Parts: sequence; structure tokens; C-alpha cells
Amino acid sequence: MSDVISLTDIRRVFIMGDQQFEALKGVSFGVATGEFVAIMGASGSGKSTCMNLLGCLDRPTSGRYLLDALDVGGMNANQLAEIRNRKLGFVFQGFNLLARTPAVENVELPLVYAGFSAKERRVRALAAMEQVGLAGKENNHSSQLSGGQQQRVAIARALVNSPAVILADEPTGNLDSTTSEEIMNLFTTLNKQGITIIMVTHEHDVAAYAGRQITFRDGRIISDSLAGTTGLTDQSV
Amino acid sequence: MDFLQTLRIALRALRTNKMRSFLTMLGIIIGIAAVIAMMAVGSGASYVISQQIASIGSNIILVLPGSTTSGGMRSGSGGAQTLTSDDVRAIMTECPSVETSAPTVRSSGLAVFGNMNWSTVIMGTTPEMFDIREWGVISGRSIGQQDVDSAAKVCLLGQTVAENLFGSADPIGKIIRLKKVPFTVIGVLDRKGQSPQGQDQDDTIFVPLRTAQRNLVRANHTNTIGAVMVKARSEALLAKAEEEINSLLNQRHRITAGKDPDFTTRNLSEILAVAEQSSKAMSLLLGAVASISLIVGGIGIMNIMLVSVTERTREIGIRMAIGARRNDILLQFMTEAVLLTMLGGVIGIILGASGATVVSRILSWPTLISIQSITVAFFFSGAVGIFFGFYPARKAAGLNPIDALRYE
Ligand SMILES: Nc1ncnc2c1ncn2[C@@H]1O[C@H](COP(=O)(O)OP(=O)(O)OP(=O)(O)O)[C@@H](O)[C@H]1O
Ligand SMILES: [Mg+2]
Repeated sequence: MSDVISLTDIRRVFIMGDQQFEALKGVSFGVATGEFVAIMGASGSGKSTCMNLLGCLDRPTSGRYLLDALDVGGMNANQLAEIRNRKLGFVFQGFNLLARTPAVENVELPLVYAGFSAKERRVRALAAMEQVGLAGKENNHSSQLSGGQQQRVAIARALVNSPAVILADEPTGNLDSTTSEEIMNLFTTLNKQGITIIMVTHEHDVAAYAGRQITFRDGRIISDSLAGTTGLTDQSV
Repeated sequence: MDFLQTLRIALRALRTNKMRSFLTMLGIIIGIAAVIAMMAVGSGASYVISQQIASIGSNIILVLPGSTTSGGMRSGSGGAQTLTSDDVRAIMTECPSVETSAPTVRSSGLAVFGNMNWSTVIMGTTPEMFDIREWGVISGRSIGQQDVDSAAKVCLLGQTVAENLFGSADPIGKIIRLKKVPFTVIGVLDRKGQSPQGQDQDDTIFVPLRTAQRNLVRANHTNTIGAVMVKARSEALLAKAEEEINSLLNQRHRITAGKDPDFTTRNLSEILAVAEQSSKAMSLLLGAVASISLIVGGIGIMNIMLVSVTERTREIGIRMAIGARRNDILLQFMTEAVLLTMLGGVIGIILGASGATVVSRILSWPTLISIQSITVAFFFSGAVGIFFGFYPARKAAGLNPIDALRYE
């Protein structure tokens, strides 16, 4: 089976002045197309650091990262921007929508940088908004939407350019439990439609929606298990 | 990303902070308005000067009685009566660079027609005067040589005199009294407008030289004349002609080295060139002041753009995460800065142009607003935006997307 994501011995060392901190100490895993992966772990264990690398927002100090069979390591800033635009969709804890901008234009944003015509942008954005159940809210600004709705807009934005993977760092972190459930149901539906999702979460009941759980501790993977399996299959270094 | 979209984003950003955008633009508005107004007034001034040059005639040297030396203006300069009709004839015949010359005697007095009177300048001269000054009549005829030879009591009226004595009536053939002596009006001169010294050149009556010498100036000085107008053969020969006149008159008046000459030559084009130069220097100075205000305005733009970049750090992070390249961000902020300055430029152009128009109305001073100055102002304001917008835009484009996303 071809993996859409493949990490091999990824290390990330932060240098602050004369101090060094290794946030990722050799992380290796693969994600197959269509998987729904939850990344768990204590605070400071390196989950977000790993997500930033997966999202091509950051570069590993060493190790190899293949995304859709492309080696991301040797790419320049513009190529990485293009990868983020075409292959990845981001969902953040804090929604990160543009203020004073209608929802539909937020959803269109990736298409703007992909160079689509205004007409095509609108068609696709409306389709994505319908997919996340936000038809009719196109012209609302983020201040006129609930947290759950804002997160749906963000998910529509992540979906709109048909990415290979959606990366979500604590997407339910700012939401109450009912809204979290709605968002997780949406993720599950999208995953059933064949979309690959990698999600960081602290909560076990949220992680339970995913088909696979990877747990970090101190910059290493300490477990990687498929849902339903009881015993933890330790794949860490 | 297409440019239209970039423009829309920039417009939205400027609209969200309307007051701030306007205040930021203010420096540019004032700078550009000043530039436009200065250029309009300046080119109006040089237009006036070039009109005056044309009104005097080209390649003219003025020979005045009395002397001016390095000691300054001697008393009696122009008032002394040291030039004679023989000097004028000698200048005509013995100076090869001189095309023609015209003696004048000048007096002022009351002109009376019926119950109307008008105090004006009365100038006695020869027909050459009107060739030198390229000054023709609009009705009647000009003064001819036979009028001078016969000392005929005829006169030519300047426009101002004609209007004040006759109103709309036709003066030709009418008899007017100059210093109580009756003269027949034979023609009315074309309008000349103001001289560079600000005198109304049309407020003059011309009579034949000899008539003036006999009837209008004191009787014992019938051969003396006031000033002589000399026309050189060409602009290139102007200086040479002046030299020839100086040495001829020195010789004729027996002026030896060390003695002050009893006459003065003046090259009118030189005087006007100086006037033009000082008006140019003036507009250059004002232009410099305007440029400084543009630079200050530009720094204001840079300052606000830097604030805006900081405020919108998170937005920049979102855009980068979603696929904006550094160049897209750079272009976005540059567009914003350029839009700001160009908008300011356009408002400034409108303000400056209307300001210049108002000034020209109030002071009846001509102003010329050239397409050229508008174009220059427009593109210059854009250039200010590019120059001062670049640093903040580069700062925005150089942000690290992770840090930018985390920015609170
Ligand atoms: N830019 C940075 N410079 C220095 N150290 C960093 C930087 N980013 C992260 N770290 C460190 O790396 C470690 C992992 O951080 P990371 O954000 O990945 O944790 P996390 O697993 O996402 O935690 P949480 O669950 O609280 O979000 C932390 O100890 C953090 O201090
Ligand atoms: Mg985190």
C-alpha cells in the first residue's frame, strides 16, 4: 500500500541562544491514503512540532519526509508554499479565519493562491461549504458565526482545494463537547469519503473517532495502535 | 494570485481603517498638492516672462543717457540729456552689428479730448521703433518718416489711452490736445500688455520724434533725446553690437579710460533672463520644500505600514499556511502602500490644481497646470509608495509562518 505520508527518523532540534532542545528525537511513521489518525500525548511531547513538519510550515533538522511520494526536504520556500496550497489542508485550534471577511471568501482563500478564476473559486467554495453543512452562511463574517460554525468554515477552507491530507491540531480544543461531537462526526463523514486526516487531540473520546492512534512522549512515538486492538503495538525507537 | 484580487484585498484593508488611511495619506496629499500648485504658479510665471520678452521684441539693446557704474545708479541716470540724434545716426551707420535703432524722447502729460482727459506717457520716436518692438496698429496707420521729417502734429494711441479717451468710439482723425498742443490721431496700436517692470505698455501716446522735441520737451534741447532702442542683427550679435555701441559712443563723447561714461547700455534679454532665472530658482526652492513634505509623508506611510504588518501578523500566517508565497505577501503590502500614496496623489493633484486655479483667480496671476506635471506627480506618488512600502512589505513577507500563526 502506498503511503501518502512517510516520515523516517525525523528529528527537530530547536536552538535558543546557547541552549538546544530536541523536540522530536527520531520519529518514523507512515500514513496510508484514506486513514484517520489521531496523535495523542502529554503537553510538550512534540505533537504540534510534528504537525508543523507534516504541514511543511517547518523543516526537520534531519530525517526524510515524503508527501505524496515527493521528497519535501529539498524544496525551497515557494515550492513548500505550493505544496501547502495543493496537497495540504489546515484546521487550527483557534479557527484562524480572516476577520471582517465573509465566510465564503475565507473558504476561497486557498484557491486565490492557486490561481483559480473568481467564478470557479465561488463554485468550489460553495460546494465545500455545503459539504460541511454551512449552506446559507456564505456571507456571515466570523463574528457572526458560532465556534462550531467557524470551525466548519475552517474545515471547508481546508477541503476546498482537494488536498491529499487534512492536518488538524486540536480542532476541538476551543469547542464544547456537543460541538466537538458535531465536528468529529463531520471528520468521520469526510474520512469515509476517502479524505486522509491527521488530528492532534488531548481527549480520548475525540481520539476514539480516529481509526488509528499514535501517542507521543518526549519527542518519541511510544505507541501506534489501530482502533479495536487492545494491546499497544510499540513502534517507537 | 491575480492582481485584481491583490487590489481588492488592499482596498479592503484600507477601508477597514478609513480614518487611519486618510491621515496616513495626508502627508502625501499635502506634498503632491504643493508640488502641483508650485509647478502651476511657476510655469505661469515663466509664461508671463516669456510673453513679456515677446512683447518687448527680440535682440534689443537700450542706450540710456547718464551713467551707471559699479558705484551704483548715478543720480540723473536716464534723466541726463547726453544723447543726441547724431549719436543715433552714428550708431545706425557705424555699428555693423546693429540692424536699426530708434531714438525716443519721453514726457508725461495730460491728453484731452472734448471733456475727457487722461494723464499718460507721451513718447516721441521714429518709425523704426515699431519695427524693433514688432508693434503694429490695429486701425489707422503708423508714424512714417515724412511725419518725423515734417514734425507733423500727429499721434498714435496705445489701447489704454484710446479706451480712456474715446471709449468705444473711433479715434482716427480726431483732434486731441497734448500739453495743450492739438494733435491728429492717425492710428491705434495693438495691445502689448504689461512690461516686465509691471508697467502698462498700452498707456502711451506716440508722436513723431521731431514733433516731440519741438513741442513737448523744453525748447532749448531740441536735439537731445532720451533713450535709444537698438536692434542687433541677430541674437548672436547682441553682445557684439553692445560692444560696438559702447566704443562708438565713448569715442564720440570723448570718454577716456578712467572717466565715467555719460551713457549706459542695457541688454533687455539679459535682464529678462535674470528675471526668468530667479523665477526658476524660486520654483525650484518651493519644489524642494514640497519634496521634503513628500518624504515626510512617505515616512508616515512606512510607519503605518509597519504597524499594519504587526497588527496583521496572524493574517499573514494564515495566508502563508494556506499557500501564499512570500512574493504574494510582499506584493499585497506593496500594493497597499502604493494604493495609499497614489490615492493621496490623486487627491493632492485635485487639491493642488484647484488651489492654483483659485490663486490665479484671486491674484489674476496666470497658472499653467500641465499634463506633464500631473503625470509626474501621479507617478512620483506611486514611487513614494514603492520606496517606503518596500521595507514593511519585506518584513511581512519574511515572517515565519509558525510564529505568525501563533502571534497574539
Ligand atoms: N520554536 C520553538 N523554539 C523552542 N522550543 C520549542 C519551539 N517550539 C516548540 N518548542 C518546544 O518543543 C516541545 C514540544 O512542543 P510542541 O508544541 O510540539 O508540544 P505539544 O505536544 O504540541 O504540546 P501541547 O499539547 O501543549 O500543544 C516543547 O517543550 C516546546 O517548548
Ligand atoms: Mg500543541
